[in-house]
Amino acid sequence: MTMRTIKYYLKSFLFLELIKGLMVTGGYLFKRKITLQYPEQKTPISPRFRGLHAQRRYANGEERCIACKLCEAVCPALAITIDVEERDDGTRRTSKYDIDLFKCIYCGFCEEACPVDAIVETDVFEYHFENRGENIMTKDKLLAVGDKYEESIAANRAADAPYR
Amino acid sequence: MEWLFSLAPDFMVDFWNWLPQWIQVLAENLLYIVLIMVPLMLCVAYVTYAERKIIGYMQVRLGPNRVGPKGWLQPIADAIKLMFKEVIVPTNSNKFLFLFAPILTLGPALAAWAVIPFFEGVQLSNLNAGLLYILALTSMGVYGVIIAGWASNSKYAILGALRSAAQVVAYEIAMGFALVGVLMASGSLNLGDIIARQEGGFMSWFWLPLLPLLAVYFISGVAETNRAPFDVAEGESEIVAGFHVDYSGMAFAVFFLAEYANIILIAALTSLMFFGGWMSPFGSMADHALLGDGTHWFILKTMFFIYMFLWFRATFPRYRYDQIMRLGWKVFIPVTIVWLVVEAVMVVMQVGPWAVDTAASVAGA
Repeated sequence: MTMRTIKYYLKSFLFLELIKGLMVTGGYLFKRKITLQYPEQKTPISPRFRGLHAQRRYANGEERCIACKLCEAVCPALAITIDVEERDDGTRRTSKYDIDLFKCIYCGFCEEACPVDAIVETDVFEYHFENRGENIMTKDKLLAVGDKYEESIAANRAADAPYR
Repeated sequence: MEWLFSLAPDFMVDFWNWLPQWIQVLAENLLYIVLIMVPLMLCVAYVTYAERKIIGYMQVRLGPNRVGPKGWLQPIADAIKLMFKEVIVPTNSNKFLFLFAPILTLGPALAAWAVIPFFEGVQLSNLNAGLLYILALTSMGVYGVIIAGWASNSKYAILGALRSAAQVVAYEIAMGFALVGVLMASGSLNLGDIIARQEGGFMSWFWLPLLPLLAVYFISGVAETNRAPFDVAEGESEIVAGFHVDYSGMAFAVFFLAEYANIILIAALTSLMFFGGWMSPFGSMADHALLGDGTHWFILKTMFFIYMFLWFRATFPRYRYDQIMRLGWKVFIPVTIVWLVVEAVMVVMQVGPWAVDTAASVAGA
């Protein structure tokens, strides 16, 4: 019997490697736990986070979107549907701006494509639907989201501006 | 029972004395059974909690901590949930066997507690063939698994059942041989006597002279209960959940209870046969309330071995099936046989802590 065989048998019969493994898990038993208690604790979110969509307004309350349809064209998931009409004051506006959140893949291309920074993705990620059809974000809903989170939307854009 | 009589009002004592004797015996035994069973079921529930918590901690997670303070009510919540779920009996399954299998798994795991001595003389039945009874009952559990797998009429279930059957048969032999070692050392099949032979503190328990048998016994015990790393019978990564894929609700819960009852049983048996049961590790301080002999030592040792089960599960990856068979047949059985021969020589040569006693008892018998 060579030295190697003896070593091998000694190793396996003394459970050396098993004990080594047990020591690793045994050590981790006392390590600080890294679990995040979600609803109470949250991780910090990047300003680039792409969550629920919103439409923004200018400071005077006028909606930004000019119905150029660039977002509709760039959308890889075909989630955006836009109808255009001329408003009474002669400006080009959307009469319908729907985003289907079931189709949307949250790539952020619509935001990249938008020439007037109208469509944006907020850092809101805790939302849900209770009824069929609520997955369609209509223009009104998008504007409402934009109004509600304008502060954080503006702050996130400003924070990311130097890197764009 | 006498202390109960002193508490009860006279008319109840009179009523008791008026009852025919067979009812008295029955009632007394039922009372003892309940006294063992209720804490045992509670322990089973909390072993599941301990498992999730300990494995969570070893994976740097927190484990369940939402239901009740620190998650203490989690097992209760689980039990309630499982009770209210529907028991789905698959079409084309054998309905009677399908529902009978979980009972057949749980029954032996609980019945084995009849002969476990909790303290000197404190056991349901002081069986002289206690060890044989234990061996017989621990091998009964596999029938439940096989029947469950067969009655489900599902390929995953039958695969799990077949794996489990072959595995349990393989490890039972090694386990039996390991217990023969205990038998030789103690010279008795009575569990109370086995503990009595280990008197004298930590160093005179059987774990030291029977160290290889202890390792074989405990690892076989892990394999017998189909626990990780020997849980190919469940093998969720290859055969979904093995023999209990088709079970839901309370029928599944009973399998769950049986698995954990078996863990507790194996842990208790290990502490009985190799670690002196209720004996204190400080042999000389036998009169002290805490450091002396007592049921708390038995519970502590059992808890330690339950913890080992959980620790193993958190640490080791699942064995491949042929490796399990190799370990069982080609490693454990030779090891136990060799050590039995060594032990026999030691007994004859009167070497070792048990030698004199055993020789005397064998001669006496």
